[in-house]
Amino acid sequence: MAARGQRFDLGPWGFVAPALLWTAAFFVAPFVVMAVVSLWERIGTDLVASWSFANYLKFFERGHFLEAMLNSLEVTVIVTVTSILLAYPFAWIIAEKVPPRLQRMALVLAILPFWTSYVVRSYSWLLVLANNGIINETLLSIGLIAEPLDLANSRTATVIGFVHFFVMLLTLTIYANLVQLSPNYRKAAADLGAGPLSTFWFVVLPLTLPGIMVGAFLTFVLCIGDYITPQVLGGNNELLMPQVIMLQIGRRADFPTASALAILLMIVVTIAYLGFARWIRLERA
Amino acid sequence: MTMRGTSWRTAASALYAVLVYGFIFLPVVVLVLFSFQDGRFPIPPFEGFSLRWYEAVLADSRLMEALANSIVVAVGSSLVAVLLGFLAAYGLARFALPAKGVQRALLTAPLTVSYLIIGMGLLITFNFIGFPKSLLAAGIGHVVINLPLCFAIIYSQMGDHQANIEKAARDLGASEWQVITLVTAPMLWPALFAAFFLSMTFSWDEFIISFLLTRFDVTLPVEIWSLLRSGLNPKTNAVGSLVFGISAVLVVVLELVVLRKGRRA
Repeated sequence: MAARGQRFDLGPWGFVAPALLWTAAFFVAPFVVMAVVSLWERIGTDLVASWSFANYLKFFERGHFLEAMLNSLEVTVIVTVTSILLAYPFAWIIAEKVPPRLQRMALVLAILPFWTSYVVRSYSWLLVLANNGIINETLLSIGLIAEPLDLANSRTATVIGFVHFFVMLLTLTIYANLVQLSPNYRKAAADLGAGPLSTFWFVVLPLTLPGIMVGAFLTFVLCIGDYITPQVLGGNNELLMPQVIMLQIGRRADFPTASALAILLMIVVTIAYLGFARWIRLERA
Repeated sequence: MTMRGTSWRTAASALYAVLVYGFIFLPVVVLVLFSFQDGRFPIPPFEGFSLRWYEAVLADSRLMEALANSIVVAVGSSLVAVLLGFLAAYGLARFALPAKGVQRALLTAPLTVSYLIIGMGLLITFNFIGFPKSLLAAGIGHVVINLPLCFAIIYSQMGDHQANIEKAARDLGASEWQVITLVTAPMLWPALFAAFFLSMTFSWDEFIISFLLTRFDVTLPVEIWSLLRSGLNPKTNAVGSLVFGISAVLVVVLELVVLRKGRRA
């Protein structure tokens, strides 16, 4: 290495530097720019470096910003909890009831719609939930309802669209955790006199908590930052944070307000991360 | 536990699994079914089988251009992300560098930030330095979101037994460059492939960054987004079904390749 080093010697830094520089230039720097711009103001069509927290104050003063954040938090918590409750038994059935030979197939099948385009997936739910969509038409034709239900363009539709996506994601993370469990734990619990329920509650569930938490955190981050699902399915009754941020960028080109809102959203995610942090680790195998 | 108890539980499990599978597949089935609709609306009743909407998609030059753009951006950004991720993983796994924890944290940090915020930061920054909205800008954004993933996947596969083989190669006179290209990369092939493939699918499907950072030449999800404005339309079903079909085939191929690899190992 030393002899060749004369023409090619960046040393070990040569390997790490490109990735570090890329991250610094296109992730850290834009974030700094955003933080700086959030302290400016848009006056008329100009950005003025006014160095004030006016945009942050706006968040607390203007009802609709605060409301959007609360809506986002509510929807995200509902989605995360519902998805876990739906996905856990599902992952458990795949890991326990499906013959081992078929488990991989059962899992691939369970997450196949994961690979539909994200934009198209929300649109597909519109087809299902619309006034003249498949659910309403079915219910009408069997006479269960007389008028179509207003399913689409509501918070319910947004939640359904989200839960659909995250059930697949959580099934993956929880399944991965369940199959890693050594059967010895359960045998030991049974030998010590625990019934199936208490074995599950005191042994299996705590041991699979990391899988649940990793999935829950991913769900939280992806859900609270998503623009497409509420925009396609949510209707006009309530807005979520990403929609409000996009409104600032799109219609008004108000980068300072958008930056401040984005940073507030990031703070919320960071707080969530700290809550989840004890379960999330990146380690080398 | 009695036999009856067991069979009751099995039946309940089967029912639950069927319901969840039904929930997961419902929108996809409706999407694909009504892409063949011989009528103007992708809603019941099904008026007969037709391929006219697929013909409409293939004849739509904007959609076809967007498709080509998406492939270029996905392949290009994934290659860059895998290359940078691989080099960084190699550097951090094999050499004594200061502040490794900080470096790892920095490289994986974008994973915890919403795409919307990453895209917005780039939009504002590019706006300031006068870098135009373009496929290149979107590609840069895609590398930002995929680099952490590639790094994490490849880094997790860099075991110590490989380090010994690399050491042997070096002792036999291989240069650092030869070690990487002839020893490390082939050994890590499955991880490199998985990282590249995952990046491809994420880039291929990514909407918000491309939406913010492109203008005249757009990627497929952005073009599909503008189709949505026309409301429920079988053409959207057709293009959505095509995208799903392509992705599903890729997933099955990956599954077969990785599975075979796993069996051989």
